[in-house]
Amino acid sequence: MDATDTALVRLLEENSRIPATELAAMLSIPAEEVEERIRALQAEGIIRRFTAVVDRARSGEAEVSAIIELKVSPERDHGYDRLAERIARFDEVRSVRLITGTYDLHVLVTGRDMQEIARFVSEHIAPMERIRETATHIIMKSYKENGALMVGRDGGGDRQPFSF
Amino acid sequence: MRDHVSRAARTIPPSGIRRFFDLVQTMDDVISLGVGEPDFSTPWKAIDACMVALEQGQTSYTSNRGMPALRERIADDLARDYGLCYDPETEMIITTGVSEGLDIAIRAVTDPGDEVLIAQPSYVSYAPCVTLAGGVPVPVPCLERDRFRLTAGQLMERVTPRTKALVINFPNNPTGAVMTASDLREVADVVEDHDLVLLSDEVYAELSYEQPHVPAATIGALRERTITLNGFSKAYAMTGWRIGYLCAPPALADAALKIHQYVMLCAPSMGQVAALAALRSARAEKDAMVEAYRLRRNLFVEGLNRAGLPCHLPEGAFYAFPSVAPTGLSDVAFAEQLLAEEHVAVVPGSVFGEGGAGHLRCAYAVSREDLVEAVNRIERFVSSLTDRPSQAVGVRQRAT
Repeated sequence: MDATDTALVRLLEENSRIPATELAAMLSIPAEEVEERIRALQAEGIIRRFTAVVDRARSGEAEVSAIIELKVSPERDHGYDRLAERIARFDEVRSVRLITGTYDLHVLVTGRDMQEIARFVSEHIAPMERIRETATHIIMKSYKENGALMVGRDGGGDRQPFSF
Repeated sequence: MRDHVSRAARTIPPSGIRRFFDLVQTMDDVISLGVGEPDFSTPWKAIDACMVALEQGQTSYTSNRGMPALRERIADDLARDYGLCYDPETEMIITTGVSEGLDIAIRAVTDPGDEVLIAQPSYVSYAPCVTLAGGVPVPVPCLERDRFRLTAGQLMERVTPRTKALVINFPNNPTGAVMTASDLREVADVVEDHDLVLLSDEVYAELSYEQPHVPAATIGALRERTITLNGFSKAYAMTGWRIGYLCAPPALADAALKIHQYVMLCAPSMGQVAALAALRSARAEKDAMVEAYRLRRNLFVEGLNRAGLPCHLPEGAFYAFPSVAPTGLSDVAFAEQLLAEEHVAVVPGSVFGEGGAGHLRCAYAVSREDLVEAVNRIERFVSSLTDRPSQAVGVRQRAT
């Protein structure tokens, strides 16, 4: 990654729908080069996917999320990796992270309602070998997701139309 | 009843674009490139620190010079970033925005009849402040062919035995021009030869995109005759907080302090708390905003040139200053028609004094989406002009 890639990645992280022509003007490179760089960044696995941040409180879709904390006995030779990767394969699981502190794995799970999450955890996660303890925290409200504020307006306020 | 308004108040001109204001009020889809302030909110760390201080009841006057901790921090940062050393005890005043700093600086050095040179195009308050101080504002043009930098040649043409001071502002509002160290050295020679005071408004210092900003006071022996003005509005998106600072050798700082303590007492205490927090902990946020301006500048200037308005790449501040010459319209006519027909608000360059005519000040401190839409509208307007050559030359009169 050179300086241009770094700037490009930052812009895309903020808004991945900026047209290539605009990215090109901002970075002072040709539009074809922007496309090439994005392809290369994807090929190298630096950019994993392009996505949208959705406010479920506004979309009206029934969705509940929970943070599941897990205490895990690590495996000889593999540590936490094999178990974490198995957990990560479930579609219900949105993120899996190895963390410091009282628990070892931090798992974000989504489902249609609390019962569905409870069933998923008790049927698929808790019984896994090497899991010693689980703690489930239902998310009640989200204030910020992926850097995007979910409450109020971001920035601004009413500016004067002219000022010197 | 006699006219109670003073001659000075009558003499200074009203805002040059009142009628634009009025027109904008009637529209609901205006994209305004007329705003000289960041579109970001103040970094949250500064706001949060201010709220904590308010909750603790920190609502008193500060010392006239401003909070000691803030002055010390500013002095440390100026020394670290620019090698520019001021004593926070004797050479610095926290002001109510750079606007106040400029006013008290001008009043501190101007006697009735003194001529004060103003490098133009410039911010609109310099000349009226000189007039109110009893001085005579004398414009010095910064020309497009010099990339809007001030040259010794232009300066020499306006210096007279009555000249007392020179006001400069780089990075510049409205042109975006910056002065390199060698550009400043040329100016310094004239300032020293004629024993002038230099007032350097450096409020856009942090917004210098191609090279590090060079404070005028770091050039040669200028420090002993320079009043450096700066503030938090532009770099830290803190326009509403009204916090600036004035740095000068003790004799000049003392003179400015006397005026400050009578007219202002002190800068707002909550703003000073927020400014200190900004310097202590919001450097990364500031850098991110500066980078955002730089990228938008590239996008916008490329768009203006594509739209048919030639524009040099501004090296600082957040203004583009394109020429309207190819359209055959005056800057005022262009701005009026653009607003009326395409609902894009820009400021005619002539508002900013000598050398500004024929240009537009476009602030690109607006969202990328708005910039792109503004360019589209400008492009449509410019190409529509070629389809109606008869109208393109006339200035349409509008009720004011």
